[in-house]
Amino acid sequence: MKIVMAIIKPFKLEEVRDALTALGVHGLTVTEVRGYGRQRGHTEIYRGAEYAVSFLPKVKIEVAVPSAMVEATVEAIASAARTGQIGDGKIFVTSIEKALRIRTGETDEDAL
Amino acid sequence: MTLMRTTGAPWRLPRALGPAVVGAGLALFVGAPAAFAAGPTPAKGDVAWMAISTILVLAMSIPGLALFYGGLVRTKNMLSVLTQVFAIVCLAAMIWVCYGYSLAFTDGGSLNSFVGGFSKAFLAGITPESTAGTFSNGVVIPELIYMAFQMTFACITPALIVGAFAERVRFSALLVFVGLWLTFIYFPMAHMVWYWAGPDAVAAAARDLAAATTETAKAAAQARLDAVNADAGMLFKWGALDFAGGTVVHINAGIAGFVGCLMIGKRIGYGRELMAPHSLTMTMIGASLLWLGWFGFNAGSNLEATGGAALAFVNTFVATAAAALAWMFVEWAFKGKASLLGLVSGAVAGLVAITPAAGFAGPMGSIILGLVAGAICFFFCTTVKNAFGYDDTADVFGVHCIGGIVGAIATGVLVAPALGGVGLVDYATNPGTASPAAYVMATQVWAQIKAVLFTIVFSGVGSAILFKIVDLVIGLRVSVEEEREGLDIADHGERAYNY
Repeated sequence: MKIVMAIIKPFKLEEVRDALTALGVHGLTVTEVRGYGRQRGHTEIYRGAEYAVSFLPKVKIEVAVPSAMVEATVEAIASAARTGQIGDGKIFVTSIEKALRIRTGETDEDAL
Repeated sequence: MTLMRTTGAPWRLPRALGPAVVGAGLALFVGAPAAFAAGPTPAKGDVAWMAISTILVLAMSIPGLALFYGGLVRTKNMLSVLTQVFAIVCLAAMIWVCYGYSLAFTDGGSLNSFVGGFSKAFLAGITPESTAGTFSNGVVIPELIYMAFQMTFACITPALIVGAFAERVRFSALLVFVGLWLTFIYFPMAHMVWYWAGPDAVAAAARDLAAATTETAKAAAQARLDAVNADAGMLFKWGALDFAGGTVVHINAGIAGFVGCLMIGKRIGYGRELMAPHSLTMTMIGASLLWLGWFGFNAGSNLEATGGAALAFVNTFVATAAAALAWMFVEWAFKGKASLLGLVSGAVAGLVAITPAAGFAGPMGSIILGLVAGAICFFFCTTVKNAFGYDDTADVFGVHCIGGIVGAIATGVLVAPALGGVGLVDYATNPGTASPAAYVMATQVWAQIKAVLFTIVFSGVGSAILFKIVDLVIGLRVSVEEEREGLDIADHGERAYNY
C-alpha cells in the first residue's frame, strides 16, 4: 500500500478527480495549502502598499492505493494536472504500514 | 414657538439663491427687537426629509464606515474596528444630548466666537414645539430633529479618526480621547463654522433698521443688526463656506487622525510584514453604504426639502462617480492595474471633497472637483505616504484631510455663478428674502484658505495635546503581545469570524 500525495494547481482538482475515478480509486482527501517552489509569487498593491506574495495557493490531494496501482495513479494525476507551465506541482509517494476501516474493522488492502 | 431666535441653521447657507456669508452683505438698519408674534410652523415634508437624512447619516457610521475600515485591517483586528466605531457613535450621542448640542449651537456669551454655552445642556427647554431656522426666511424645522441630525455628525466625525491608528490603539484610551476630543475640538469647530443667528433674525433686524426714522432709532437698530451679525462663530464671520462639513468633519478628523498615527507610532512589522486588507468585499459594502448615507449628509444639510437639497443630492452623486473613476484610471496608469480598492477609495475621496461644496457648486463644477480630488488623494495615499513612511492604516489623512482641503478651497471657486455655482446670498438688503450678494473669487478663496489653515492648526495642536494627556494617563497603545495577538482577543475577548 502506498500514499500518493500530490500538490497541484487548484483549478486542476476536478480533472484529477475524474481521472482517478476512471482508474477505480475510491477515496481522496483534499487540503487547501499554500507554498512555493520554482514558481515565483506575484505582487499585490493596496493603495500605496505593495506586497510580494511568495506563498501561492495550491491544493494537496492524498490518495491511498494498493501497491499495484501506484504507477497508474501517479500517471493519471500527472497527466490530468499538467499544464506545462511552471507551478504545476509535485507528486510524492510513501509507504503505508497499516490501514484500517473504522466502521468494519477491515485492515490493510481490504480497507482501501 | 414664540419669538424664539432659533439657534439654528448654522451651517452654510445654501438654498435656492445661494448662500452668503451673512455678515457680508448686511449693513444698515436699526430697530427694536424683532416682531414676530407667532413663529412659522415646520412643513411636514421638511420634517420627513430631515428625519430620513438623519437615519442616512447614522448608516454612514454604522455599518458603513465600520465595514469600510474593518475590511482594510487584518482578520485579527476586524472586530476591534467594528467595536470602536459602534461604541464611539453611542458615546458621542450621549455626550451630544448632555452638552454637545448646547456647546455647538447656543450663544456662548463672551466666548461666542469660539464656542457655545450650556443653556441647552441636557436639551433644556427643547420641546416638540421648539424650532430651528433653516436657510430660508420663515422656514423652520423642529429643533429636536435638527439636534438629532447634527448629532449624527458628532457621531461619525470621531469615528473617522480611528482608521488612522487602527490595529494598535487601546480601546479604553480611545474612548477617553473621543470624549475629550468632542468636547474641546469638535463642538468648538462646529460652533465656529456653523453657528449663526439665522435668516429670520437678520431679516427682523434689517426691517427694524429700515423702519427707523430718527437718528437715535437708526443708531439703535444698526447696533442691533450688528449684534445679530456678530452672533455667529468665528469662521462663519470670516465668510468661510462649508456646506456639510469639509472643515468641521473631514479636515478636523483627518488631521486629528494624522497626529494620532504619528504619536502612536507604526504598527509592529509595518513595511515588512503582509498587512493586506482582510476583506475588500466588506470594504466595498462599507464604501457603498457611505455613498448612500452621504446623500443624507449633504442634501440633508440643506435643512429643507427644496431645490437646494436636490442640487446637493446631484452633486453628491456625480462628484463621487468622477472621483472614483479618476482614482481608478490614475492608478491604472501608474501602477498597472485598475483596483477595486482604488475605485472605492476614490469614491470616498470624492464624497469628502464635495461635502463643503455640495450646496454651492453646480453639477459640472462638482465633476471637476471630483476628478481633481480623486487624483490628488491617490497621490497622497501612495507617493506621499510612502515617501514619509507614516502608518495611517486606513488613509484617514490622505482621503479625509486632503480631500477635505481640496473641497474646502475649491468651494470658494465653484460657488461662483459664472462657473455654475449658486453664488452668495444676502439676507439683509431685502429683509425676508435672500438676495444675491457680491462675490469676489479671490476674497472667497482666501476666506476658505483661512478656514482650512485654522482648522489644521486648531485641530492638529489640540488633538496632539489630548493624545498626549491620554497617553500619559492611560497609554494609547496596547502591549506588543496584545498587538501581535490582535485587538479582537486582547481588547474584546471575541473574534470577528469563527469558522
